[in-house]
Amino acid sequence: MKKIWAWGALLFGLLYFTLPLIGMTNFSLKMRRGEYSFDAYGKVFSDPRFQETFTYSVMQALFTIVFGVLLVVPTAYWVRLKLPRLRPYIEFITLLPLVIPAIVIVFGYIRLYNTSSWLPLTGSLTGTNMLLMFGYATLALPYMYRAVDTGLRTIDIATLTEAAQSLGAGWATILGRIILPNVLVAVLSGAFLTFAIVIGEFTMAALLNRPAFGPYMQLLGANRAYEPAALAVIAFGITWGCLGLIQLVSRFQKSAPPKA
Amino acid sequence: MSPAKPDASPPARRLPLHWLGILPFAAFVTLFLILPTMKIVVGAFQTPDGSFTFDNIRGLFTPSILAAYWISIKISIASALLGCLIGFAMSAAIVFGGLPKGIRGPLLTFSGVASNFAGVPLAFAFLATLGPVGILTAFLRSNFGFDLRMLGFNLLSFWGLTITYLFFQIPLMILIITPALDGLKREWREAAEILGATGLQYWRMVAFPILLPSLLGTLALLFANAFGAVATAIALTGSSLSIVPILLFAQIRGDVLGNPHLGYALAFGMIVVTGIANAIYIWLRARSERWLK
Repeated sequence: MKKIWAWGALLFGLLYFTLPLIGMTNFSLKMRRGEYSFDAYGKVFSDPRFQETFTYSVMQALFTIVFGVLLVVPTAYWVRLKLPRLRPYIEFITLLPLVIPAIVIVFGYIRLYNTSSWLPLTGSLTGTNMLLMFGYATLALPYMYRAVDTGLRTIDIATLTEAAQSLGAGWATILGRIILPNVLVAVLSGAFLTFAIVIGEFTMAALLNRPAFGPYMQLLGANRAYEPAALAVIAFGITWGCLGLIQLVSRFQKSAPPKA
Repeated sequence: MSPAKPDASPPARRLPLHWLGILPFAAFVTLFLILPTMKIVVGAFQTPDGSFTFDNIRGLFTPSILAAYWISIKISIASALLGCLIGFAMSAAIVFGGLPKGIRGPLLTFSGVASNFAGVPLAFAFLATLGPVGILTAFLRSNFGFDLRMLGFNLLSFWGLTITYLFFQIPLMILIITPALDGLKREWREAAEILGATGLQYWRMVAFPILLPSLLGTLALLFANAFGAVATAIALTGSSLSIVPILLFAQIRGDVLGNPHLGYALAFGMIVVTGIANAIYIWLRARSERWLK
């Protein structure tokens, strides 16, 4: 009886989840009348706008990851080592981007950093790109911080730090050569998740007027029939890839010697 | 205001310099999270020349804006509740349902992917499935003579958006609630059974109260998740369905409301709604945790 019920719930869920995936795949292959073809994909890949926006978003994602790691790893480490009392507060702050909608945050950016403000980031191209990157870092903060903080929990940072210090290491050495390698798997998980978030992000890029992949997809969706489905399949593949890589690196860690 | 403040008085004797270590983080968070949000909140109470006013907030109480909030809240509640319910059922199925062990891993991995598969591509996937020429629509029409449109179903509507949002709501629920279900000890169930409890009584009086904090937390998170979703809604409906995020998007782009400060008030309203959802969650959680002790 219980089993029937369990199978029922599972099958219902599977049906709900597979239908849209089948739908978009099927649709993406139907561009040529009467037969299946990869025409829609060919159209997408050969579109120079696709190449431009995709490259732009990949670059944004990479910068966001580097910035996020540089910001989060030292902070999470320092809070655990020296300021454990602050940990609940910091954690609360890092969760705020899940509560405050991204559209509100970017609206704040536009009003706070416009050309007539004290920090006119939106006044120049580089400034706007940087602002978008900071925005992405904010969106990714909850995931990045949690991943790194969980990673730090599994190692004894106090002992490692003291050992490194008694051998004469400075803070940069400790962070770069002791802490970072020890939480590398956690950092990579955060990085891949950041990548998955940034690559298709729409709201911030659209409102800051940057030529990113998300707005490009939306524009294509408004004007074409089959290419959007192909884009959806591609985007789904990218998300799978990122999450698959997370699984891969965490499995890699499990097969490595367990924590000391 | 700055998160460094609470630590301003660590042990005496030494100079309190520890907090300097989180200065970069504090600066970043202040500049790119706190200040922009404050700017919106303050702007909601200002006239264009900077003096204090309630007019912007009062401006929200027009029928069209209230309707936008109402439908947004309805969609968010419906997709959060359904997401919780279905996600819970699926999660309970893999944890207690006696299904083959091999299902659990792939389902959790898939949930990780699906919960991140939001935004524009998600809208495309549903358009290709349930849109006017989507495969499910076509399938039902040609095989069962079942016309979704004739029945009043439209993807660009309350139910259309809710069904679409469920695609990232259900997996998120599964990801959060499965560890909590794993945490229910078998001994508790056995103890309840020995004392003569039925399955229903065990769920109602033991398991449910234990799970309540995580259930409520997830509900609040799912609500905020749906309430702030812009990309899916825009890609799905263009701007034909007037929900708050779409309205705000149009307002930021081109001041469609004809009053820049009404935009602040609109955004402030969004913060208030998600803020209330999370405050309810924190309050209920504190209550249920106290009761657990």
